[in-house]
This record gives sequence, structure tokens and C-alpha cells, in this order.
Amino acid sequence: MHELSIALNILEIAEEESEQRGSAPVEIIHLKLGALSGVVKEALVSAFQLAAEQSAFPHCQLMIEEIPAAVYCVQCNAERPVAGPQWFCCSACGSIAPDVIRGRELQVSALELAQ
Amino acid sequence: MTSTPRIVEVRQNVLKRNDEIARALRQRFQDAGLFVVSLVSSPGAGKTAFLEKTLTLLKQQYRPAALVGDLATDNDAARLARSQAPVKQITTGTLCHLEAAMVERALEGWNLSDLDFLFIENVGNLVCPASYDLGEELRLVLLSVTEGEDKPLKYPTIFNSADVAIITKIDLADAVEFDRDAAYRNIEAVRPGMRIFEASAKTGTGLESWLRFLMTATRDT
Repeated sequence: MHELSIALNILEIAEEESEQRGSAPVEIIHLKLGALSGVVKEALVSAFQLAAEQSAFPHCQLMIEEIPAAVYCVQCNAERPVAGPQWFCCSACGSIAPDVIRGRELQVSALELAQ
Repeated sequence: MTSTPRIVEVRQNVLKRNDEIARALRQRFQDAGLFVVSLVSSPGAGKTAFLEKTLTLLKQQYRPAALVGDLATDNDAARLARSQAPVKQITTGTLCHLEAAMVERALEGWNLSDLDFLFIENVGNLVCPASYDLGEELRLVLLSVTEGEDKPLKYPTIFNSADVAIITKIDLADAVEFDRDAAYRNIEAVRPGMRIFEASAKTGTGLESWLRFLMTATRDT
């Protein structure tokens, strides 16, 4: 259960970025969350609510964009979704595909600041 | 007048601090000619026993050292110290995983050029350590025969984040009717092409081929 420290990191990034932009209050934080990031969405959402209340932006919301895991399939010569979280093979042709090209994201992508 | 919010693109990795420290550590390890291996597993999979044997065997020719993370107690450090290798305990308190900054702090006072190998034993946990880069060159995930062959399917993220799988307590395989084929199939499913070793810290089975692999990995870097 490391979602609380992840939530604190997210708020820290928001505070830093806001400071660089005239300390405008942050209303919404957009987060990209990969299926392989090791972070559980539900746990992060509740940890974030707790952490935000104690932060500079107590009413700030977290908008999560979930990124499914995708691999590069040599057979198809294309990016493909994985067949399943436990099956690292191409969902189209079924061949084994160990090269993960998406799904590890844990990134603050954008902020919405009050004017 | 209602104002519309201003959207700004940020693109900051949430774990950027950890990643920055890990990158700096990796550079320090390379500069010092130090090969760093981390170990993750569930509690009780046999990380400490496996590491104690590895340290003892390496100690005959090399200069290995270890950092070991636990929520509380320094029991594991005391066990590892029996190998005569330098060992430091990192007590994480309530934190369920090691972070790069803790490794950095624990290394204070050690001259890295005096070492050939550093092992970092993470807190027993198959979830949280997956997200944190510690600057290691090689990440081992350990799975004991007593845990069940489906562990890789239950915790695919950490198995996928690791480079090598070690199946531990292999001396108990028959007693617990360990299904070797299923275990290999499951590891292959979540991390295609992963190297797998079978080992018993108790009997010494498999340690030789693991150490041979470690030597090859060292030369390749």
C-alpha cells in the first residue's frame, strides 16, 4: 500500500508547477496511470482525497486516464494491446511479445489552474 | 464573471525524484565498478537465506556487501552478517518498499570502490517495490515452491519488472507437489524469455549455476 506516498508526490508536483505559474490554485490534476505502474486506482483515489485535504489545494480533483498495457508485436510489426494482464502476447496474432511499450506510465500530464 | 480554468501541460513523472536518485546511484555504481542486484519476493520466500548463501560463496573470491530492508527488526542483517560480508539494515518503519533515497543514505560511509557486488534485499512484498527503481543492474524475483505455482499470475507487474526469477526451496518441491511445468509456464506468460533458476539455500542445489550466470552478467555490463 504505497498509494498515499504516490498521492503526496502528485500534490508536490502540482504545488511546484503552480508556484512556477504565479501560484494559481490547482483545480484539477490530470494523471496518466498505466496498467503496469503497480498503483491501484481505487487506493490512489482515496489516498489522494485524504492527502489533498491537507495540501495547498484542498478542493483539487484528480482525473485519471488509465493506460492499458501495450506491447510491440514483431509478427504484426505493430503496437498491440496485451492479450491480458497475465499474458504478454499479442492480442491479434497470439505470438509472444515481451516488449512493453505502454502501460508503465505514472505521470502528471496536465493541470487545470484557476485564472 | 466566471473564469474558465487554464490548462497547462506538465508531463512530470510522479516518481521523478526517486528516478533521479536512482539514475545518480546507477552512475556511481558504474563508476565504482560495482554490480548491483536487488531481490524482491513475498515475505518468507527465502530471500535472506538465498542471499546469505550467495554472499558466503562470493566472499571466497570477491568483495560482496548487502543492504536489507524490513519494516522493523534487524534480524535479517544479523543473519546476513554471518557471511562476514558488510551488511546494513534499512528499517523502513511503516513503508512497504525501499526507495532510492534510502539506499543512498544507507551507503553513506561505505567506499563503493572497495566492493565488487552489492545486493539490496527489498521488503517482503510483491506489490509496491515494482514501482521503485533503486539503481540496480539486475532485479531478482524469488518464488518459493511452497507458495504455489500461480504467484506470477497473481502478481504479474512485479514479475514483469524483474530480470531473473529464482525458484527457491527447491529441496521441498516433491513434498509440496510443486508443479514445475505450471510455474515455468506462468513465469513465461507474464515475462516472456525470463531467465529462471531453481535453488535451495539449504542443500546448495542450483547456487553454482546462479553464480555462473551472475559472473556472465557482470562481464556483459
